[in-house]
Amino acid sequence: MDRRILLNNIAVPGIRTFEVFRSTGGYLSVMKALKEMTPDDVIEEVKKSGLRGRGGAGFPAGMKWSFLDKKSNKPRYLICNADESEPGTFKDRFLMEKIPHLLIEGMICSCYALGAETGYIYVRGEFKYIVGILNEAIREAYQNGLLGKNILGTSINLDIHVHSGAGAYICGEETALIESLEGKRGNPRIKPPFPAVVGLYGSPTVVNNVETLCNIGFIVNQGGSEFARYGVGKSTGTKLISACGNINNPGVYEIEFGLSVREFLYSEKYCGGIKNGKELKAVIAGGSSVPILPANLILKTAAGEERMLSYESLAEGGFVSGTMLGSGGFIVFDEDACIVRNTWNLTRFYHHESCGQCSPCREGTGWMENVLHRIENGLGKARDIDLLVSIAAKIEGNTICPLGDAAAWPVASAIRHFRHEFEEHVLHPESCKNSAIRQLDNVQIRRLENV
Amino acid sequence: MGVALVAILLVFKDIVKDIVGVALVAILVLSNEIIKNNGIMLDKIITHPLHEKKNSTVCFSETALFKVQQIIARYPSGKQKSALLPLLHIAQEEFEGYLSVDVMDYVASLLNIQPIEVYEVATFYSQYYLERVGKNVIEICRTGPCAICGGEAIQSYLEKKLAIKTGETTPDGLFTLKAVECLGACGSAPVMQINTEFYEYLTTEKIDKILADLSSKAKEEKPEKSLWIEEFF
Amino acid sequence: MFKVTIDNHTIEVEEGTTILQAARMIGGIVVPPAMCYYSKLKESGGKCRTCLVKVAQGSARDPRPLPKLVASCRTPVADGMVVQNITSQEVIETRKAIVEFLLINHPLDCPVCDQAGECDLQDLSYDNGKEESRFEEAKRSFRVIDIGDKIQLHMNRCILCYRCVYTADQLTDKRSHGILYRGDVSEISTYIQTDVTNDFSGNMIDVCPVGALTDKTFRFKNRVWFLNPMNANRSCSKCSGKVTAWMRGGEVYRITGRKDQFGEVEEFICNECRFEKKELSDWTIEGPRNIKRASVISQNHYEKSKKPSVILPLENRTVSLDEFKNGSNNEIQL
Repeated sequence: MDRRILLNNIAVPGIRTFEVFRSTGGYLSVMKALKEMTPDDVIEEVKKSGLRGRGGAGFPAGMKWSFLDKKSNKPRYLICNADESEPGTFKDRFLMEKIPHLLIEGMICSCYALGAETGYIYVRGEFKYIVGILNEAIREAYQNGLLGKNILGTSINLDIHVHSGAGAYICGEETALIESLEGKRGNPRIKPPFPAVVGLYGSPTVVNNVETLCNIGFIVNQGGSEFARYGVGKSTGTKLISACGNINNPGVYEIEFGLSVREFLYSEKYCGGIKNGKELKAVIAGGSSVPILPANLILKTAAGEERMLSYESLAEGGFVSGTMLGSGGFIVFDEDACIVRNTWNLTRFYHHESCGQCSPCREGTGWMENVLHRIENGLGKARDIDLLVSIAAKIEGNTICPLGDAAAWPVASAIRHFRHEFEEHVLHPESCKNSAIRQLDNVQIRRLENV
Repeated sequence: MGVALVAILLVFKDIVKDIVGVALVAILVLSNEIIKNNGIMLDKIITHPLHEKKNSTVCFSETALFKVQQIIARYPSGKQKSALLPLLHIAQEEFEGYLSVDVMDYVASLLNIQPIEVYEVATFYSQYYLERVGKNVIEICRTGPCAICGGEAIQSYLEKKLAIKTGETTPDGLFTLKAVECLGACGSAPVMQINTEFYEYLTTEKIDKILADLSSKAKEEKPEKSLWIEEFF
Repeated sequence: MFKVTIDNHTIEVEEGTTILQAARMIGGIVVPPAMCYYSKLKESGGKCRTCLVKVAQGSARDPRPLPKLVASCRTPVADGMVVQNITSQEVIETRKAIVEFLLINHPLDCPVCDQAGECDLQDLSYDNGKEESRFEEAKRSFRVIDIGDKIQLHMNRCILCYRCVYTADQLTDKRSHGILYRGDVSEISTYIQTDVTNDFSGNMIDVCPVGALTDKTFRFKNRVWFLNPMNANRSCSKCSGKVTAWMRGGEVYRITGRKDQFGEVEEFICNECRFEKKELSDWTIEGPRNIKRASVISQNHYEKSKKPSVILPLENRTVSLDEFKNGSNNEIQL
C-alpha cells in the first residue's frame, strides 16, 4: 500500500530541471504518445485507467475528455486548473514547485489526445513564485523541442502559457476560471452548456486539475490497466493527501487508495499522530468544503468497518455519517479545538469568497457567518442552531456553482456531529476555552441574558 | 424587531394607505433606534467611495511595455482582454503598488476595452489594491488550518508589534497589514505572505526578525522592477 | 418540435426553447416568477434562482429526473421533459427560501419607494414570502448615488439581477456602470464620479425589477396606482415613439416603455421620449393600456391572497404561439 506514481523521483536532486527530469525517464510518454499512439488511443488508455479528477469532484477524467465537442471546427483548449485555494489543500503547489516538468509532460500528452494546440495553466495569484518556476520549465521544454511548432519532428504544434489569477477562490470552479482567463470577473457560468462544448472563447475546452494531468504521463507510459492496478475498486491510482492541522508531521503524502485512515493518521511515515500527545477530536478529510467527521466516524464507518482513504470508503454512510475525499486536504483537530469557532472561521471564508452572482450564496453565506459569529461571541440563542441548519439546507443545491454546497456542508455537518458544542456555546458561552467570549466585557454578556 | 416586521408586512399588504404607511415608517425608524441602543445590531454601512480621476499621464516603462506585448500575444487575436489580470499585476508593480483610476484607464486603453470593464475586474479580485498601501504588504492567513495552528495569535502579535490594526498602514508607509483567506500553504501553518515571498511556521521570534530585516532592507533600493516582471510573467 | 409537460399542461415548442418560455406560452399560474431573466436581454437569467423548477423526467429518451432544481429561464427543454413548478412542494419551499434570501438585506422601504405598486419583488414576496423574518442582523446599506441627472441608484434595494448592465452592454455603445466588488458587498456603480449618458440609458429604469433605479423626473411626484397608464406615441427619430404615458387628469407624470404581461417592455424607448416629453401636447394618446387584473394599479389594492400552494388539477391543453401572443385574458382595461 505504499506504491507511488507521482512522487517516485521527488527526492532526486535537481528534479526541477529538465536535464535531471529527463534522466529519470521524464517525457518518455510524449515520445510514445506522439509517435506510437493516436489521440483516441490516449483517450482510451485514460478511460481504462479509471483516473478521476483530483480537484475535488472526482469526475472520471476519460469521460470528461470524451465529452469534448469533436464536431466543432473551433480551436480546442486545455486548461490546467492550478488555482488551488481550498483551505487545507496544498498538493498542487507542491507538485508545481518540486517537479514542474511532470505537469508539462502530462499537458503535452493531454493536448495531443484532445487535439488542443494551446494550453493554459491558470495559477492562483498568490503563487507568483510558482509562475516563475513554471515559466522556466516551459522555456526548457521549448528549447528541447517538446513545445512549439512540430514537436519532436511531428506535425503537432502546441503552446503552453501560464496565466496568473489575482486572489479569488471561486476561480477554482472551472467556468469561473474560464471567465477569469477571458479577463472578466470570476462569475461561474450557468450550465449547460458545459465547457466541453462552449468553453474558453466559446470553444470546446477541457479543464483539469494539476494532479490529474500529472498522472497522464504514467498512464501513457504504462497503460491504463497498469494504472488501474493501483488503488482499490473505483478509486484507482494514488492520491496526494495534504495533511495539516494538529499533527506531528504536516505535509504532502502520496498514498495508494485503500490506505486506512488510522494508519495515515498515526503512522510515523505519514502524519505521525496528534501533536503534543493529545487526543483526536475531528477530521475534515478532503479540504474545508467536505463534511467534518468526529474521531469515531473518521476512523471507522458507522457500520464498524475500518475507514480507508478512497472515494468510496470516505463517502460510506452518505452525509449522515460519511464525508468525501474532495481535493485531499486532510485537516486534523485535536481535543482542544473549538468546532464552533472553526465553523465560523470557514463560513467567513466562504462568505468572503462568494462571487455574489446568485442570491442563495450571496445572502446565505453572510447570514450564516453573522449567526455563527454571534454564537461564537456568546450572543447566540437556542433557535439559532436550527436557523443555521435551515439556511444551509436552503443554499445547498440551489446555487449556480458548487460554492453554495461547499459553504453549506461544513455548517450542516458540524451541527450534525457536534450539536452539543453549539448548544454549550449558546447556554454557557464562557465555558469554552477557545471562545472569543472571554474577550467580551460583562456588559455584553448581561445584554445577552436580557435578549 | 417584531414590531418593525409587522409594520412592514402591513405595508406590503395594504400599500395604498399612504398615511398609515408614513406612521409605520415612523415606527420602523423608532424600532431601529431601539435595536441599535440594545447594542446588538449596528448598521453595516458599505462605504465604497466614488473614486477620482486625476487625468495624470500614465505610461509603463519600456521593459513593461515589451512584456505587455508578449503577454497579449499569448491569447488569440481579438481576445486581448484575457491579458487584463496579468497586466493589472504589472500595473500595480509599476505604479506605487496600487491601482489608481488613471492607471486602470491606461490599462483599458492598452487593451482597447472600456474602463468600467477594468474597474469591475480590479474590484473583484482581492490581490488588487485600490488604495495606496505600504511598501511591504503583509498578508497574514487567518483561515481554518492556520487558525487552529496559532494564526490568530500571530495576527494580534503583528498588530501589537506594528501598532496598527489589520487593514491599516504604518505611519512610515513601510508596512500594510492585511488578513487574507487561505494562502494554500496550510502544511506550514501559520503562514504569511509579504509581497511575493511566503513566510512559514511563524512564531513571534520569527516575526521580530522578519520585520527587522524588512525595515533595514527598506533603506536600500528596491530590486529592479524589470527583474520582477521577467521572473513572474 | 419538442413536447414538454409543465404542471400537467403539455405543449409543443421549438427546439432551444427554455422551460420558462414554454411555461409562458402556457400562461397563467404555471409561469415561474423571474427576477433576473429578461427575454430581450441576451445572457440574462440564472442568477436570482426564483424560477427554479423540478424536472421530474429529463426527457422521453432518458426519463430520469434531474438531481437538482434547475433555473427554468436558462434550461432548454428536451423532448418529453416533465417539469413541476407549483405542483412540487420542493419548488414552493425553495422559492420561499429564495424570497427570504432576497429580502434579508432589502430595506423593505416600500412606503417611500417609487417602485411600490409595480415592483416585482413586492409581488414575489406577496406570493411566496413568509410573514415573519428570521433575520436579526444589521442590514447592509449603501449610499444613494446619482448616475446622471435623470437616474438615481438606491443600491440598498438592488437584488443584483444584472439586467441594467446587460441593457447598457447591448443597447448602448459605451457602458459606464457595472458590477463592482464581490459577494454580498458587490454593487452596481460607476466606480468614478461620472454620469451614465446615453440616448437609451433610461431603459435601465424599465428593466430594473425593484426600486434600485428610479426616474428622477418622476421621483416622489405621485404613486403609480393613482395614475392611469395610457398607450401613447409620437414620431421620434431615435426610437419607435411607442410608450406608456402615466397620466392623472390632463397631466403626464411619467413615460415608460410598454410593458407586457411578464413585465418586459415591448420596445425600448429613447431618453428624449422618456425624460423630456412631459406635456400632453407631445403625445398622441391611443387609449388606456391593459393592466393585469391582480395589479394594484388596476384595483388600488391587491387581490385576496391566492397562494400557489393549493394545487389545482388541470387538464392537458396546447396553446399556439399566436394565442400566447394575443392572449391576455387576465388583463383588464382601465
